[in-house]
Amino acid sequence: MSSVLYDTPGPRAKRRNVLYTVVFAALLVLLLWWAWQTMSDKGQLEWAKWSPFTESQAWTTYLLPGLANTLKAAALSMVIALPLGAVFGIARLSDHRWVRVPAGVIVEFFRAIPVLILMVFANQFYSESTAISSDERPLYAVVTGLVLYNASVLAEIVRAGILSLPKGQTEAAQAIGLRKTQVMTSILLPQAVTVMLPAIVSQLVVIVKDTALGGAMLNFTELLNARKTLAANYANVIPSFIVVAVIFIVLNFILTSFAAWLENRLRRGKKSTGAVLPTAAVAGTAATGVGGGGGIGIGGGAPGGDGT
Amino acid sequence: MFDFLEGYDVLGAFWTTVQLTLLSAVGSLIWGTILAGMRVSPVPLMRGFAAAYVNVVRNIPLTVIIVFTSLGLANIFSVTLGAADDFDAKFFRLAVLGLTAYTACFVCESLRSGINTVPVGQAEAARALGLGFTQVLTLIVLPQAFRAVIGPLANVLIALTKNTTVAAAIGVAEAALLMKEMIENEAQLLPITAIFALGFVVLTLPTGLLLGWLSKRLAVKR
Repeated sequence: MSSVLYDTPGPRAKRRNVLYTVVFAALLVLLLWWAWQTMSDKGQLEWAKWSPFTESQAWTTYLLPGLANTLKAAALSMVIALPLGAVFGIARLSDHRWVRVPAGVIVEFFRAIPVLILMVFANQFYSESTAISSDERPLYAVVTGLVLYNASVLAEIVRAGILSLPKGQTEAAQAIGLRKTQVMTSILLPQAVTVMLPAIVSQLVVIVKDTALGGAMLNFTELLNARKTLAANYANVIPSFIVVAVIFIVLNFILTSFAAWLENRLRRGKKSTGAVLPTAAVAGTAATGVGGGGGIGIGGGAPGGDGT
Repeated sequence: MFDFLEGYDVLGAFWTTVQLTLLSAVGSLIWGTILAGMRVSPVPLMRGFAAAYVNVVRNIPLTVIIVFTSLGLANIFSVTLGAADDFDAKFFRLAVLGLTAYTACFVCESLRSGINTVPVGQAEAARALGLGFTQVLTLIVLPQAFRAVIGPLANVLIALTKNTTVAAAIGVAEAALLMKEMIENEAQLLPITAIFALGFVVLTLPTGLLLGWLSKRLAVKR
């Protein structure tokens, strides 16, 4: 066990490491003990507050419908935002200034605004100007806010994906006489889609996390909101938070691992051009990808996105 | 034309947003650096803790964390951060705590990839001089890593600025909460939204430009 950052521990270093381990473990145990004690004082550890999660009713009445709404909003947002993002991403690469500049302004504008502002705006807009019923409105508002924001993020991903392809691809396509549209649709886009797949999947994590915003602010009945009604029913604040957090963690962990697997697969794939857009291509710029060339090897991945 | 602004403290709300951003930025920079240090440390328990912390916390939606600071930390664990009776101060501080806990994950991950950009020879030379782990990290590796990750950290800061709106979920009187209140009471949807959108553009755009310029200036030339 050693790393570039420290020598293989000798007898003194070994003793010191053991000391640090003991002190750190003691601190952790103290923290856990305090949390456990407070929870038991407040009656959060009683079996009656945990047992609902072992029965089907709490799941079928509250959690599963909430999770379904979370997934529905996330999936709808992704499906709508993807083509929009592709259009804007390609528009930003246009040869015509009058296409490129407005597309750039719109993308940068929506990227600079918090999703919550967009959601609140959409909610009020639908209530003033459309006949969408007040039950349906939160879903529409959440999806609209997420689409506006994520389409602009995806536009950047698409742009970066196309730019990451080797220049020879465009040159070869032009050499055999393809037009600009043909170069884009039959040469660049199909390759760019595989290149940016990992980044798109990790953007899905950001979208899933952002749906919770609608639950807290617009009364959209997703998982976090379902937790509120569940906790009001069983008076189990802490257990319900733990369960909901675990559901989100598992869901996002699956998506993150899938993205990492895709990235790894694409990097090793023999058919591809070798270009791949890392999962954090848009979030991190300077540091990512430079590490390959003999940097300190601590098995560091790229930071996973920067969303809410 | 701007009659609807009367009676609302828009600038005050944005000032709260700025305060939330700055305090959480400082907090998450410190906590994130400590986490990054633990992730590369020789003590396996610390490595494991930091890795687990980052992977768990960044996969929880920020909204869940912020709502938990109010309903869980404050109500059940009685963590009020020295403001048990002053509700405004209490929720403001809890929001800073939640934002710090969440943002530190991204600071840690950025720093870790920054450590990867430092050539191996730097750490080897430092060890050859007889420096210990803490010295290698704080004197040699981290200063170079920080200069390499100003760009990614700027993105984290911009995301943090936007994320402060989530504090509205526990009633901190920042920009998004005021906007919600205003558009519900005044029949001026578009102008109000435009003002708040512009406010955030004004906050995030200079940050990006300034730090982008700084990251080019300070980047270690190799």
